Amino acid sequence: MAEGRVVGIDLGTTNSLVAYMQGDAPVVIPGVDGSNLVPSVVALDPIPEDGSGRPTVTVGNSARKALIETPERVIYSVKRLMGRGLEEIQNELRLFPFRLADDVEAGEVPRIQLGELRFTPPEISAYILRQLKRNAERFFGAPVTQAVITVPAYFNDAQRQATKDAGRMAGLDVLRLVNEPTAAALAYGLDRARQGTLAVYDLGGGTFDISILKLREGIFEVQSTNGDTHLGGDDIDNLLMAIALDEVHAEHGVDLRAHPGAVQAVRKAAIDAKIRLSTEPAAHFDIELPNGDRYQREIPRAVFELLIEPILDRTAGPCKQALTDAGVSPEDIDEVVLVGGSTRIPAVRQLVDDLFHLSQRGKKPHIELNPDEVVALGAAVQADILAGASTTTEEMLLLDVTPLSLGIEALGGTVARIIQRNSTIPASATEHFTTGVDGQTNVAIHVVQGERELAADCRSLARFDLKGIPPMSAGLPRIEVKFLIDADGILQVSAREQRSGKAAEIEVKPTYGLTDEQVESMILDSFDHAEDDFAKRLLIEARNEAESILSKVQQARQNPAWAHLTGEEQASIDAARDRLAAVVPGDDSSVIRAATLALDQATRTLADRMMDAAVTEAIRGKTMSEAGEELGDSITAPHPMAAAEFK
Amino acid sequence: MFKVVDSAVPVACWSCSVAHNESTLFCPHCSKIQPPPGGDYFSVFGLDPRLNIDLDALEQEFHRLSRKLHPDRFARARENEQQWSLADTALLNDAYRTLKDPLRRTEYLLKLHGAEIGEEHAGKDRRDISRVPADLLEEVFDLNMQLEEMRMAHEMGESDPSLEASLSEAKRKFTGLQEAVDRDLRVQWQAWDEGNDTTRQATQNMMVSLLDRRRYLSNLVRDVSETLGA
Repeated sequence: MAEGRVVGIDLGTTNSLVAYMQGDAPVVIPGVDGSNLVPSVVALDPIPEDGSGRPTVTVGNSARKALIETPERVIYSVKRLMGRGLEEIQNELRLFPFRLADDVEAGEVPRIQLGELRFTPPEISAYILRQLKRNAERFFGAPVTQAVITVPAYFNDAQRQATKDAGRMAGLDVLRLVNEPTAAALAYGLDRARQGTLAVYDLGGGTFDISILKLREGIFEVQSTNGDTHLGGDDIDNLLMAIALDEVHAEHGVDLRAHPGAVQAVRKAAIDAKIRLSTEPAAHFDIELPNGDRYQREIPRAVFELLIEPILDRTAGPCKQALTDAGVSPEDIDEVVLVGGSTRIPAVRQLVDDLFHLSQRGKKPHIELNPDEVVALGAAVQADILAGASTTTEEMLLLDVTPLSLGIEALGGTVARIIQRNSTIPASATEHFTTGVDGQTNVAIHVVQGERELAADCRSLARFDLKGIPPMSAGLPRIEVKFLIDADGILQVSAREQRSGKAAEIEVKPTYGLTDEQVESMILDSFDHAEDDFAKRLLIEARNEAESILSKVQQARQNPAWAHLTGEEQASIDAARDRLAAVVPGDDSSVIRAATLALDQATRTLADRMMDAAVTEAIRGKTMSEAGEELGDSITAPHPMAAAEFK
Repeated sequence: MFKVVDSAVPVACWSCSVAHNESTLFCPHCSKIQPPPGGDYFSVFGLDPRLNIDLDALEQEFHRLSRKLHPDRFARARENEQQWSLADTALLNDAYRTLKDPLRRTEYLLKLHGAEIGEEHAGKDRRDISRVPADLLEEVFDLNMQLEEMRMAHEMGESDPSLEASLSEAKRKFTGLQEAVDRDLRVQWQAWDEGNDTTRQATQNMMVSLLDRRRYLSNLVRDVSETLGA
């Protein structure tokens, strides 16, 4: 194929995923550890003391482990900080253990201190995106440079721009930003020709979205959207954490808030409890304190539901507003789709049932697709639509809307709305401006986003100066300014002085966000682009994987399960091992990969036997993880020897 | 985020050089996308400027054109085709949003004919006594008092069921008045679509005042709904 694949990426608050269209169905691309989910956690590795080499970072599961050991070098939930100003981030950080760099000035994009270094939120996100890009490249054995990335529908202009910047820093050409609930609708709309009105309720780790869509002959037309970019599973975790920390303080006289590692241990216990409470009537907290005491507490589900009720109730208002804006009643909604890990909570399902009168109409919400994966799957569908080369999606088209009204500040600080919320995008508006003083050559315009009447209560997008207006009497120049919200939901502005016909020069000061030059300087590593270096990297990775499986096969010969194999099975493993050992020194990564895969296949029976043995051990009293460690691999991996799974 | 876009319109198709009508989205000769045409919103859909329109047909045409024009169809096209797809689709969406809504459509057509229609002053109309339709003066005065009382009650955390009932009743009444305006407007639509230049001036004046009254009423209803819902 002359043009590379386009992948779909769900850049989530808690987990991120990359997916692509395999034939006529979207599938998630697993990471090296076989897991589909890459935790959105980034850890700064220790910096070499001799000052040599560039700082490196770890992303995903291994970064999550660092969270308890070296919390000051780790960041999670960075999505909540994207596109936000200093003040907003300071509010946000009261709930999270991260520190702002101490030299941040008002008007700058805030930077977070990680160990010795400072990073802007888009840079952190770029590391996550780069990991997903690498996972996809490893999977395809070819460079991946184009992607669709999903964002919460209720993200504003600055948050969208920050996400696009992160893509660019990670070496990705972001072909489109797609709203998460709409992506979920695409994933559901693929398997059959659905018609009718659909509501997507998306309660994720950090954000809440509701979208109402009309489906007709492959056209997915969003009618309205609403939400809260500050509402999600994180809030539940933080609430349970706060309760536990307060109780520990009161009952044991220990203030754990002073111990970042202990706070993370409590956070992990809170998350585990929350997850258990979705299936069990009660969950237990049992945490060892630094002084050797134990904090033990049982939370019955009824108590949990009472605690989280105020959080869940905050989703009701946006749902009602979305219905009103779409001009429909709950009875008009034919189907409801649930998205996001937090929709596994029974109380959330009950709330959705009540809001849309589901069970009284004999309906159930759609949960057939994994709520953690459905957004990435939909992103892959949109990627396929953009690639334009598939018959599966050629009849499909997404018509999305802008979630917030666009306005300009008028006299007296009021807002003149020029594009209403829920307008189908791309959308545009043309406004005319003139001068108030004779000979005036500049006009300043303040653009805001939001629904409030006063500009000060809305979100400031940018202030810009129309410059170079020919000097004329006051009121004579006629400057036409065109505001256009593109298909990504991002504003573009152009201006013309109509009497002279000249394009006016615009100087823009975005209220939040990086300049082009700043983004350019933050591009992670240029070698990701070069074909040459790409081949080199693939080779190194292929060799590492080969060495790893060879050493595991060597170890496995000592395992009792080896003796249970037939002579034929043993011979075929040996043959595959010898073949791989022979090609590893070569420099064709695809040959090494093929031989690795062959050895992996040849050892399947052996691996299954070893797994069975491990499970028997576990039942005899050992823990699963101890048994897993003896196998030299995590027992949660899909195949104990699988170093790689590729096509 | 911001860039200056040049929107000069060529007379000949940029791709095949065959001259074409400026108001077309696609070249009739080679079918390539063209820069945004200069016509009005009705011409985007190939419609005559009329107030009574077939909304189902409008939606179908909107979907048909969206399939051809949308930036998703040009994700890997040349830079200038991407820009035109963006601008053309924005025009299509703006046109559809305006024409599918009866009030926006009426306002738009009247403005095309040079009518001056009051600008939106969200939420402020109610306090400006000169904007109150004369026949509603007394009722609006009472309603404003009740709304103020209701807001105070909310602030004190109190509920006043009789006040609530009376506001709900007012909301029903003003919603009914809105519907009456809509019916009157439809009668004028008919007159406009069938009229000629001489009869249209009277129809136009009638519609402008109906639109003013309609906007006043809908702001009032929204204020009451918001106060009741708070």
